[in-house]
Amino acid sequence: MSSTVRIVANGTPRDVPGDISLAAALLNAGYTAFRHSVSGEPRGPVCGMGACFECRVTIDGMPGRRACLEPVRNGMQVILDA
Amino acid sequence: MPDTAPTRLRADVAIVGAGPAGIAAAVHAAGAGRRVVVLDASPRAGGQIWRHQHRESLPAVARQWLNRFDRCGATFLSGASVVDASPGARLGAEQQGRAVTIEADAVILATGAQELFLPFPGWTLPGVVGVGGAQALLKAGMDVRGKRVAVVGSGPLLLPVAAALARAGADLRMVAEQAPPDAVRRFAVSLWRTPSRLVQAAAYRSAFLSVRYRWGTWVRAVVELNGELIVTYTTGRSTWAEPVDLLCTASGLVPSTELARLLGCAVLDGHVVVDDFQQTSLPSIYAAGEPTGNTGMEAAVVEGTIAGLAAAGPATAGQRGSGAVEHLQAERAKHRRFAERAAVAFQLRPELRDRVEPDTIVCRCEDVPLSALHPDWSAREAKLTSRAGMGSCQGRICGPAMQHLFGVGADSVRVPLTPTSLGVLADLTSSLDDSEGAP
Repeated sequence: MSSTVRIVANGTPRDVPGDISLAAALLNAGYTAFRHSVSGEPRGPVCGMGACFECRVTIDGMPGRRACLEPVRNGMQVILDA
Repeated sequence: MPDTAPTRLRADVAIVGAGPAGIAAAVHAAGAGRRVVVLDASPRAGGQIWRHQHRESLPAVARQWLNRFDRCGATFLSGASVVDASPGARLGAEQQGRAVTIEADAVILATGAQELFLPFPGWTLPGVVGVGGAQALLKAGMDVRGKRVAVVGSGPLLLPVAAALARAGADLRMVAEQAPPDAVRRFAVSLWRTPSRLVQAAAYRSAFLSVRYRWGTWVRAVVELNGELIVTYTTGRSTWAEPVDLLCTASGLVPSTELARLLGCAVLDGHVVVDDFQQTSLPSIYAAGEPTGNTGMEAAVVEGTIAGLAAAGPATAGQRGSGAVEHLQAERAKHRRFAERAAVAFQLRPELRDRVEPDTIVCRCEDVPLSALHPDWSAREAKLTSRAGMGSCQGRICGPAMQHLFGVGADSVRVPLTPTSLGVLADLTSSLDDSEGAP
C-alpha cells in the first residue's frame, strides 16, 4: 500500500517504506545507536515521542532533528553521529 | 536552512497538542464559531494513544474524532514544537526550521503525558526504550519480528503494549509489573465498575497467553554483551538474568507540564491546577487531559470538550451551568475516581529508587551521575552545580526522576522550551517583542 522512498544514512542509500518515521527506518536498518552523549556513550531512541531528545540526527544539513518526529522523505540525507 | 520571515497567525483559541483532549477542544471551540489553531510536534494528529500510520488501523471512536477534527475548520500545524510562550496568550513555535507565532485570546494546554523513566544501571544503553516508547516506535514502523523483547514496568499501559508487540511478531520473553500481586488483583477486581475496561484487558492478555504476566517483578540492571542486552530481573527474593534484544521499561506516566510552568500556571503535585471549566490559575489559559492528572483517553475527551466550550468564550457562556456541561463534569469525576484507584494499585515500590548507583547516570543529556548530585539540593541547585536538567530535554526526563529519587520539586522552565536554531529564536524574539505586552 505504501510506496518506497530512498533515504541516505551516513552515505548508504536505503529503500524504506514511505509511511514510517525516520527513527523506525534507522532502527530497521540496524542502527541501534543514533548519536553519542556528551561523555561519548552511544545512545538511541527512548521515548518515541520527542521528549527525550536521544534520537537526534542531522537531516539535510539541519543538526539536532528528532528522528522519531520526522517522517521519511525521498532523498533525505541523514548523518548519525554514532 | 530555510530563511523565511516568521509566519504570524491570529486565533481566538490556540490549542497545544492534538491528542484526544486537543482534538475534542478544537472540535468544540471551532463548532462555536471560533478561529482555532492547533499545534502538535508529531507529523499527524492523534497524540500518543491515537498515533497511527493509516487511519483504518484505529478504533472507530478515534477515527470519528479525527474525521470531526479534519472537518471542524481548525488550522492544524503539524510538526510544530512550542519554543516560547507568554501569559498574554502568545505562542512561539518552530515548524520545520521556520518560526511561527500565534497570538490568541485563549490557549488550551493539551500537552499530554510522558513516561516516568527512573535511572538504573544500564538504562542509557541503546535498545532500552520506554513502554509507551516501544508502542510509539512500533506504530511508526519499527520492525520487531523475531526480536526478543521484554516489557517491564508499571501501570495499565503494559498490557496493550505487550499485546501490540506480540501481534507484530516479537518474541516476547517477559511481561512484568512492579506492583505486588494483591494490589494488582484489587485493581482488577475494581474494574467491574467499568466493564469495558475489563473486556479490553482480557483482549490484550489473550494476545500473549503463552507468556507469563508477572507481578512484583522489576529490572535491577542491564548490561550490553556481544550485542545482546543482559537484563537482571528481581522479585526482591530471587534475582536472575536473561538476554533480550529490546527492553521496554518505564515506571508509569507523568503529566507534561513544561509549557504550563513556563506560562506560570499553578502546578500542584505535578498536575496543572484547573477549575470546573478547565481554566488554570491564569485567565484565558486552560488545560485538559493528562496535564491535569493521569486520567486516560476518555477523560481527556471530556476535559477537552469542556475546555473547548469554555475557551470559546461569551457566546458559549450559556453552556456554563447548563445540563450539558454538568453531565460532562460528572463524567470527569467518574474518570478521576478510576485514575485514583489506578494510582493506588500501581504505586511505585521504594526498591525502584534504590537501584541507582553512584556511577549511574541520572541526567542523560549532560551525563550527570548520581555521585555528582546531592539529595538535599533543589532542582535549581542541581542544575547550577551539576548541569543536571540543563540539556536538550530541559529536564523532561531527569526532572521527574530526581523528584522521585530525592523528593525535590520541579525547577522553573526556561526558553527555548524546545532547542531550535538561532535563526528561529531570533525571528521569534523579534516577532514576540513586536507584539504589545510581550515579556
